[in-house]
Amino acid sequence: MSDTPNALFIKGVLDALPLIIGGIPFGIIFGTLSLNAGLDIWQTIGMSSIVFAGSAQFVAVGMLAAGTSLGFIVGATLIVNLRHLIYAASLLPHVKHLPQRWRIPLGFLLIDEVYAATYPHYLNNPQSDRNHWHYFGVGAAFFVSWNLATLVGIFFGANIEGIANWGLDFAMSATFIGMVMPHLINKPMIAGVLTSAALAILTHSLPHKIGLVISSIIGMAVGYSLEQWLRSKEQS
Amino acid sequence: MNENIPANAPLEINIWLMIALMAVVTFGIRYALYARANAVSLPTRLEQALKYSAPCVLTAIWVPAVLFPQGELALNLNNPYLVGAAIAVVIGLWKKNILLTIVTSMLCFFAYKWLIL
Repeated sequence: MSDTPNALFIKGVLDALPLIIGGIPFGIIFGTLSLNAGLDIWQTIGMSSIVFAGSAQFVAVGMLAAGTSLGFIVGATLIVNLRHLIYAASLLPHVKHLPQRWRIPLGFLLIDEVYAATYPHYLNNPQSDRNHWHYFGVGAAFFVSWNLATLVGIFFGANIEGIANWGLDFAMSATFIGMVMPHLINKPMIAGVLTSAALAILTHSLPHKIGLVISSIIGMAVGYSLEQWLRSKEQS
Repeated sequence: MNENIPANAPLEINIWLMIALMAVVTFGIRYALYARANAVSLPTRLEQALKYSAPCVLTAIWVPAVLFPQGELALNLNNPYLVGAAIAVVIGLWKKNILLTIVTSMLCFFAYKWLIL
């Protein structure tokens, strides 16, 4: 049986490995940057294990280092993580049958990479009602690797001179590019993403990550409006 | 990269409070729909708009990260982030394979960074 909870959990762990490769350098650089931004070791560990949101953690320590106030940091966390709502929406039909003791950890583990690794499994195995074991395997693998990488980063950051200049933060950009490019297959999505890119450059100098908020929301609006417009043109 | 702030800088922010609020916001977003999964159905319009959320937000993060790696616009070949990102974009559009994009562009990035130093 390949449908046992154990087998599905292990398959989840294996399916997570490709994306973990991008996550490890990113976790390491988070650990080093976090210490530089003024967090202590326990706060850094706490952030990775309690918040568990790579890009939001990255944005938060950057804002902290720049002296931004608490309200703006929490607001940026909201905006940066809002995309997880769409992941939850698309997995919603698949977690409906589960009790809360499953939904709570599955919700906590719902990051970009977990969604990207487990959603195809759901699509390929629509007959199984045990796919949550796969989801859990992917999420657990990511949680463990993210926190281990953070620990390595804390250790390196405290002991290796100049690691902040190695360019490990490129791993975040590489991972995000890898996740965005496959979406660029229709005009509304291309227009939305290009709008966000252009506005993110133009608004870069604005304080408090306002530029991130503006460019994300306007990009989404452009994509959605173009989709509606193309649809209405088709119908007329 | 980041500026080191001196140890005696006035850090008015309670960092544990910040972590707690970030955790509440993050978990809230991820769990909100699961919490009442039997009763919730999203309005179609919102669902259609949210489809653009991940690609737009991720792009608004990575584009400035590779164009302003040190805080100033670096639109030149001395910027390994820009070169690595350009390679990632080409491979990503061409092969649409996440692992291949990450691994190849990271190898190119580190090789290029080492070469131009």
